[in-house]
Amino acid sequence: MFDRLIKTVCGIGHRTIDRIIRLGFAARFFLYSLSCSGESIRRFPLVIREIYFTGVLSLIIILVSALFVGMVLGLQGYNTLQRYGSSEAVGVLVALSLVRELGPVVTALLFAGRAGTAITAEIGLMKATEQLSAMEMMAVNPIARVVAPRFWAGVISMPFLAAMFSITGVFGGFLVAVPLIGIDDGAFWSQMQANVDFHEDIVNGVIKSLVFGVACTIIALFEGYDAPPTAEGVSRATTRTVVNSSLAVLGLDFVMTSFMLHGGN
Amino acid sequence: MERSTIDLWVGIFVVGGIAALMALAMKVGNLTSTNIGSTYTVSAYFENIGGLKPRAPVKSAGVVVGRVSDIAFDDEKKEALVTMNVDTKYHFDRDTNASILTSGLLGEQYIGLEAGGDTEMLKNGDKIKLTQGAVVLEKLISQFLYSKASEGNDKKEDTK
Repeated sequence: MFDRLIKTVCGIGHRTIDRIIRLGFAARFFLYSLSCSGESIRRFPLVIREIYFTGVLSLIIILVSALFVGMVLGLQGYNTLQRYGSSEAVGVLVALSLVRELGPVVTALLFAGRAGTAITAEIGLMKATEQLSAMEMMAVNPIARVVAPRFWAGVISMPFLAAMFSITGVFGGFLVAVPLIGIDDGAFWSQMQANVDFHEDIVNGVIKSLVFGVACTIIALFEGYDAPPTAEGVSRATTRTVVNSSLAVLGLDFVMTSFMLHGGN
Repeated sequence: MERSTIDLWVGIFVVGGIAALMALAMKVGNLTSTNIGSTYTVSAYFENIGGLKPRAPVKSAGVVVGRVSDIAFDDEKKEALVTMNVDTKYHFDRDTNASILTSGLLGEQYIGLEAGGDTEMLKNGDKIKLTQGAVVLEKLISQFLYSKASEGNDKKEDTK
């Protein structure tokens, strides 16, 4: 009985220390990839190749989901707003919720699922098949050659993806509100333009998507780099990428929103 | 270094992203209307500013002519000092009336300028003397109730 208790306590302590060590390693990994990024900027074609894989290939899922998110927002918003006789405000509702929150957040979640998992699996397999060790043998720094270009590609792609998500979502909301429901075209756009602020809404949305880009990409890279070199290890690392990135995105979103709303008033 | 189809796609991606940002700024946001070229500063004291916020529009005859730049509380006068930037294209005479109005029933608040008859125009740093603060709904309702109640009393006295 007493023996089991001791074992449980030891287990908890062991796991806690393990997590803290992993966190410290992740922080060191992040700083080291940043310090290696000079090389990847000098070899920019590497970054461009990765932007193709993480950004361009994620476009279809991002744009299609944005269209549907915008259309659903338009329908739901109209349904509620018409009770208060202000159905023209549906444009404001769609634009503000997309630009401030849904654009960056949903893009980051989709990005973690679409590009983050691919990055983790790729790097995890590179490590499992000892490609990273082989690079080191050839005096090529794997962090500078493999990790840093992917990091910068993710950070660069994210704001563009989020901006395209927002604008496609607004278009989806427009499609539902104006041709389908029959809200006045001019009122839809003018109310939107009167109430969406460039600095407070759009720039803050871009800042959010940049931060999410850093968080999602570094989590995906780290999980891949830290994955045990087995089939099971890589599969677990891929799962952890999605779980951790989603949690990080939602948590960071709350923190940033509270700062931004305070700054606004 | 060779050019490849990947470069083309990444180029299209980046251009699309920048275009989306521009479209957000121009079509969704109000960047076009906030960019007022050169401005001059005018300030005014208000008894009550209600829900007026910095960057709220200053309108005359419904047209945006400037923006509120700063709101402060004057400790001596116990009134709100509102500073606004007005586009140099527009000239207002010195007895212009500034009032805080609401767009729609529950919309945002803005400053409305109504021209007076003075021949001298407002200059940079001038103060608008004629002002009317925001209408506070609670005060309006209590005034209404008070007048209703006194009407009722009058009627009672008449029947006596």
